[in-house]
Amino acid sequence: MSSEDLVLIAISLPLLGAVGIAISGQRYPNLRETLTLVTAVSLAVVVWALLPEVLAGERPSVRIAEMLPGIAIEFRVEPLGMLFAALASLLWIVNSIYSIGYMRANNERHQTRFYILFAVALSAVMGIAFAGNLLTLFIFYEILTLSTYPLVAHKGDRKTVVSARTYLGILLGTSIGLFLPAMIWTYQVAGTLNFVPGGILAGNLTGPAVGLLLALFVFGIGKAAVMPVHRWLPAAMVAPTPVSALLHAVAVVKAGVFTITKVVVYIFGVDFLIVEPSADWLLYAAAFTVIVASVVALRQKNLKRLLAYSTISQLSYVVMAVAILRPLSEIGAAIHIAAHGVGKITLFFAAGSIYTASKKTEIGQLRGIGRRMPWTMAAFTIGALSMIGVPPTAGFVSKWFILAGTFQSDNYIVMFTIIISTILNAAYFLPIIYFAWFRQEQDGAATTVDHGEAPFAVVMALTVTAALTLLFFPFNELVLDLASQLGGTTK
Amino acid sequence: MILAEHLPALQVVVPLLTAPLVVLMRVRGMAWAAATASSAMAFAIAIALTNAVLHGDSVVYLMGSWPAPYGIELRVTTFSALLLLIVTGASTVTLVAGKNSIDAEIAHHRQPMFYAAWLLAVAGFVGIAVAGDAFNIFVFMEIASLAGYVLIAAGSNRRALPAVFKYLIMGTIGATFYLIGIGLIYMMTGTLNLADMEARIHEVGELRPILVAAGFITVGLALKGAVFPLHAWLPPSYTYAPHIVTAFLAACATKVALYVLLRFDFLVFQPNLAAHDLQFSLFLMPLAVLGILIASGVAIFQRDLKTLLAYSSVAQIGYILLGASLVSIAGLTAGMTHMFNHALAKVALFLAVACLGTRFAQLRLENISGAARQMPWTMAAFVLAGLSLIGVPGTAGFISKWILISAALQEGALGAALVAVILVGSLLAVVYIWRVIEIAYFGDPPESGQSAGEAPLWMLIVTWAAVLANVYFGVVPSLPLSLAGDAAASLLQHLP
Repeated sequence: MSSEDLVLIAISLPLLGAVGIAISGQRYPNLRETLTLVTAVSLAVVVWALLPEVLAGERPSVRIAEMLPGIAIEFRVEPLGMLFAALASLLWIVNSIYSIGYMRANNERHQTRFYILFAVALSAVMGIAFAGNLLTLFIFYEILTLSTYPLVAHKGDRKTVVSARTYLGILLGTSIGLFLPAMIWTYQVAGTLNFVPGGILAGNLTGPAVGLLLALFVFGIGKAAVMPVHRWLPAAMVAPTPVSALLHAVAVVKAGVFTITKVVVYIFGVDFLIVEPSADWLLYAAAFTVIVASVVALRQKNLKRLLAYSTISQLSYVVMAVAILRPLSEIGAAIHIAAHGVGKITLFFAAGSIYTASKKTEIGQLRGIGRRMPWTMAAFTIGALSMIGVPPTAGFVSKWFILAGTFQSDNYIVMFTIIISTILNAAYFLPIIYFAWFRQEQDGAATTVDHGEAPFAVVMALTVTAALTLLFFPFNELVLDLASQLGGTTK
Repeated sequence: MILAEHLPALQVVVPLLTAPLVVLMRVRGMAWAAATASSAMAFAIAIALTNAVLHGDSVVYLMGSWPAPYGIELRVTTFSALLLLIVTGASTVTLVAGKNSIDAEIAHHRQPMFYAAWLLAVAGFVGIAVAGDAFNIFVFMEIASLAGYVLIAAGSNRRALPAVFKYLIMGTIGATFYLIGIGLIYMMTGTLNLADMEARIHEVGELRPILVAAGFITVGLALKGAVFPLHAWLPPSYTYAPHIVTAFLAACATKVALYVLLRFDFLVFQPNLAAHDLQFSLFLMPLAVLGILIASGVAIFQRDLKTLLAYSSVAQIGYILLGASLVSIAGLTAGMTHMFNHALAKVALFLAVACLGTRFAQLRLENISGAARQMPWTMAAFVLAGLSLIGVPGTAGFISKWILISAALQEGALGAALVAVILVGSLLAVVYIWRVIEIAYFGDPPESGQSAGEAPLWMLIVTWAAVLANVYFGVVPSLPLSLAGDAAASLLQHLP
């Protein structure tokens, strides 16, 4: 099988799985969930089968149809997309196991719809990862928004529907209102939308227009949640936890920063932006988001909302790293996409595990919970340490590279931002960990339920991702190899 | 082949002559079958003609072989081919889908007359599209309009009567204005043939009557085409017409008037009146912008599903005009492509509405609350067609938005403002479409508990075919793009 076929299979396989899930439906839940798992595993196999070739420098590409004059629907696998697809497909397997445990234990409704849309969303993620030009990426970007909307609105009650409206309104609104005109503008000046190493805009655009176009892109790609277009992410927390875990910690948000990285590296071109002063603002906007989102996270009482603000902050790490425009920081950005992914999914898994076992959702309720749920809280601790960037976790590796990039550029504001945010991260994660392990449960509280660990599937999933977070530290070679190929830069 | 030469005439003759025959068919289902067959044949002819104009120049047909300025000339250009496809395609699709819906809404003994009126409307619309002279356009326009009034009033809903009366009055004023305009031109030039007219106006010394004629014709056709703020007749007519009639008329009724408007303004007046392009632009661009913004805004607050979509139609006419008012090849291409793509989206949407109509007596938003649970396929079709209306990538509507924005961006600072208008319009479309979706998917079903269920299978299949056409033309838009591009180039041939 040629690698071109593999690309197409990767995108259509989840859709095929969705059809199978729809047919098995509510009547055969075991078959339905087996199909989900089989689809997830085969997707991972297909995606990872592409890896050796991409590492060897191949760029398999497929052209589907010419949509508009000069712009085709086209896929082209490059290192960053490969990394994103490999991460998402791997974590989908773990997340599917987790979903099965979570959805069953909580007796959620509409489970068939849930699994179908999840598969569709994954197909869209593959489309985004492998897109060969901006238009193709945009199509799958919108499919991802639309397919995750019903997942956010899953519960269907008033509050959920209103949150889902915020979610859709911001994501669809920014993409149509800003991303689309940015894309058309790019096409008008450059005559192409292909992702080309070195960019397509150099020489076609100068002066303040560059900064403006960059702003249209950055805020149009609402999934990256650069403030002030971040409100959708806390709103999305009303979704069942597996959705928050895979989609709103990994797939959807990473699709956002991934797209921004692609735009900076392959549309503008790093060398072009470095000499263009009007594009400098991006660095500061991202730094602002890093700090402010962390401060807001400090004030959260709901665990999932805290995690959401932490995600917003961490996403802007990626954007900031990209905006430093130094080879090492670009590598750091790519690594952080993966490192934050495994860490944050672990944290969400833990939050969902706590909810499943005890129905607790607030941070104040977590005193002494470490004794009842040692596995969950151990995983949570690892995830939190990775967020802070403590070795030996994944977060340390990416922070290392981002900082290294900062030194290359001598930008002290960024360094300062990283230090402050590290302190803030510690300030909101460490108390939770401390209270969970070292304090007694409040006696006689009416809410106390005698509970143990969450179902096996849930615990297993979060153990796996926690292990990945740790293993990432010594075994980061693969990610590093891919990341260093980004845009032809070398270590 | 001898038959192929007569295709332009047959295009009109087939529906026109089958109409009286259909009246005689009293056996249950026969009238529908005959009308559908006739419409399908017209569609086939339209496809053949499109094929012909795509491979060569425009097809000219002289009735009775009388030469052009004296005899009646039929002329099929790429622009008319685009219209022919829209009209006959919409008619065929809605007829094929609509038997159950029509049976439910129109008494059996009145159906032969109904189908006859339908075919007359089709004949009128295609007649306008192929006619080469101003007076025949007028005659066909009257045929189409009168048949249209009958169609709208054909249902059992008595509120359709005041609605259609309003339409009748407005439509007649529009037609009269148009007739006055032609009269003035005829007075000055002595010809009714459009191509001849263009040449003869050159010889006219005093251009003021021509200017007045241009005003009358533009306003009269704008009235027929429901250009904002002359759209007042459209929402009630679309709301109270039988569902299938709405689906058919929403696809083509206004666009045919816009077609005539563009042909007159660009082919007859543009080469002869000084600075006409500027006047055209200055007159229609503000109306288009206001139409997009206000009609979309009004649509958000509608409580009736069909009224909501009707206001959306008024807004979409704004996009078509906005493209045309840029007076550039890119702009006109965008406007014309949007004619086609909007027809696709609206046919699919109104067919989904008709599916809902087979299960719900009323289509106010509170009536269809929770409808998605009983009619998942219908609502899924509505969602996809709605996305096409919004202009989400992968659907036909996206192509329109893309080329319209591209065209606007070529206009500098003004263009940037127009882009903002287009985008705001799209976002308003998100709001009004999503209101429907939220209510249908997350609302609680009304207490009365109508034991609904999915729409008839056949209607669903056709509705989905229309939806998939939206996706197809969203991925492979070469047909409408090449027709519209060629048509735009030919309309602008007189401009530097």
